[in-house]
Amino acid sequence: MTELNNSELIRLSAAQLAAKLAAREVTSVEVTQAYLDRIADVDGQVNAFLHVNAEEALAVAAEVDAIRAAGGAEAEALHELAGVPIAVKDLIVTIGQPTTAGSKILEGWHSPYDATVIKKLRAAKMPILGKTNLDEFAMGSSTEHSAYGPTRNPWDLDRIPGGSGGGSAAAVAAFEAPLALGTDTGGSIRQPGAVTGTVGMKPTYGAVSRYGAIAMASSLDQIGPVSRTVLDSALLQEVIGGHDPFDSTSLTDPFDTLVAAAKTGNVTGMKIGIIKELHGEGYQAGVENRFNESLELLKEAGAEIVEVSCPNFKYALGAYYLIMPSEVSSNLAKFDGVRYGLRVLPEDGPMTIERVMAATRAAGFGDEVKRRIILGTYALSAGYYDAYYGSAQKVRTLIQRDFDAAFAQADVLISPTAPTTAFKLGEKLDDPLAMYLNDVATIPANMAGIPGLSLPGGLADEDGLPVGIQLLAPAREDARLYRVGAVLESLLEEKWGGPLLAKAPVLGSSSTIAGGSN
Amino acid sequence: MAAINRDDVAHLARLAHIEMSAEELDRMAGELAVIVDSVKSVSEAAGDDVPATSHPIPLSNVFREDVVGHTFTAEQALSGAPDSFEGRFKVPAILDED
Repeated sequence: MTELNNSELIRLSAAQLAAKLAAREVTSVEVTQAYLDRIADVDGQVNAFLHVNAEEALAVAAEVDAIRAAGGAEAEALHELAGVPIAVKDLIVTIGQPTTAGSKILEGWHSPYDATVIKKLRAAKMPILGKTNLDEFAMGSSTEHSAYGPTRNPWDLDRIPGGSGGGSAAAVAAFEAPLALGTDTGGSIRQPGAVTGTVGMKPTYGAVSRYGAIAMASSLDQIGPVSRTVLDSALLQEVIGGHDPFDSTSLTDPFDTLVAAAKTGNVTGMKIGIIKELHGEGYQAGVENRFNESLELLKEAGAEIVEVSCPNFKYALGAYYLIMPSEVSSNLAKFDGVRYGLRVLPEDGPMTIERVMAATRAAGFGDEVKRRIILGTYALSAGYYDAYYGSAQKVRTLIQRDFDAAFAQADVLISPTAPTTAFKLGEKLDDPLAMYLNDVATIPANMAGIPGLSLPGGLADEDGLPVGIQLLAPAREDARLYRVGAVLESLLEEKWGGPLLAKAPVLGSSSTIAGGSN
Repeated sequence: MAAINRDDVAHLARLAHIEMSAEELDRMAGELAVIVDSVKSVSEAAGDDVPATSHPIPLSNVFREDVVGHTFTAEQALSGAPDSFEGRFKVPAILDED
């Protein structure tokens, strides 16, 4: 048994950490402290965390260590991931820590209850390292819409880490956490995973309870895992998944074969479908090259590659930008300056509740949130409802039909996760439409409720930045994604000679150039 | 479909209870016009024969036992409120004075 230094410890996967904890080669306090030290060292550069939960995390870690040291039935009953720390996107409510949703309107607010996924993390005794940054109310693709400043991409600190879950993805990529929770409404787990060289999984809609995730668009939102390996995401989904009576959209199906699927180790005879509409024109050359490389590897491993067409995907982005804001305008009506957080009084004139509400929402919401509320209010107004919201719901049916036809020809579908690698901070901030186009390949899965996994596909030749490969499966078939994802991951790592993140620039006190990249 | 103009945005902002400055209305109207234009094609995508989907995974009649579960105390429910008085949310005048 060799002693690991902290730098080696934080680079272990969650599965490796779990094994070392179970074998009592390390303690959870050592692991948790190593991550807290790493956060202290690099988060000034990355800004992945909005709140660090050191005291509680160390207390949970110490509890796990004490149980393990005592042995017996209680030690045997510990969850496999007990003592493995995790970060949580600040859209998910937690007792004992503030929840801001990245918005000024909730600054300083503390939830009186835990989200179901948080209860499950606590039951598994996983120390919660803190809350991660996001675009305000999860609205954005770059984390630049956070009221608390942008998160930076660990691969290049001048670039975006994706969004809305840029904080969770960057924390995992920068070795500030082995695991994190994200939420995905149009790609907010998968696209940050793609641009930071990490793994992100959007489970089937309803596979993980949404209770306690501050709602953005309720028919699209889904909580899911963020990690550095495919197996780690499978382990985490098995912790957080399962039926929850507090979420009436929660599925009763068991999702308990995910870890086994990730360990299957072969794709022989599986049909993998390339979606004609989700690559080629509009996709960066380096993204396309890495995508083709992954297809070759899967083919060599015994999968059959077929081409499928989803002609209605061309309407998906437009339909999404009608359905999502419509639901946003309704869900965010509750931020009224009465029940939670901020209250701003109008500067002059009568002090009525309507005027206080309007002043509070003007001061508390950022530009992107306001845009979406106005757009949603428009799409739902009398005279426009049928043409906008009604039509978009029909497109949703067409997208589901496209997927049904595609899955009749293939077990799993594949595409790049995002059309480009990480862009520069500020580059698309003044052009909302250009920002929205980042999600063109991830949105269809949310519209149809199906699961989607993004895993690192290598670095683009032209800029040396990570490219994401997206896998999609029919609803309830999350296990297929873990099976194919784990095989592709091992083939790629064999090619690279190790994990992709080993190629990322050094951060923190051990880096020689401040803010160093490339 | 009609384009969205500055007066529409002002009206929508009132409906959504968001105060907006003149400058904000100008900018928002321009940005929203581009977005609305880009989603226009959606109305031409599907014919009358296509049913609408409001929920991705069809579920029906989701019930639970009619028993009292966990409830918050008034103190917990008011813990995040900007203002409260004797166990209630305190708000400014609900009606205009005139």
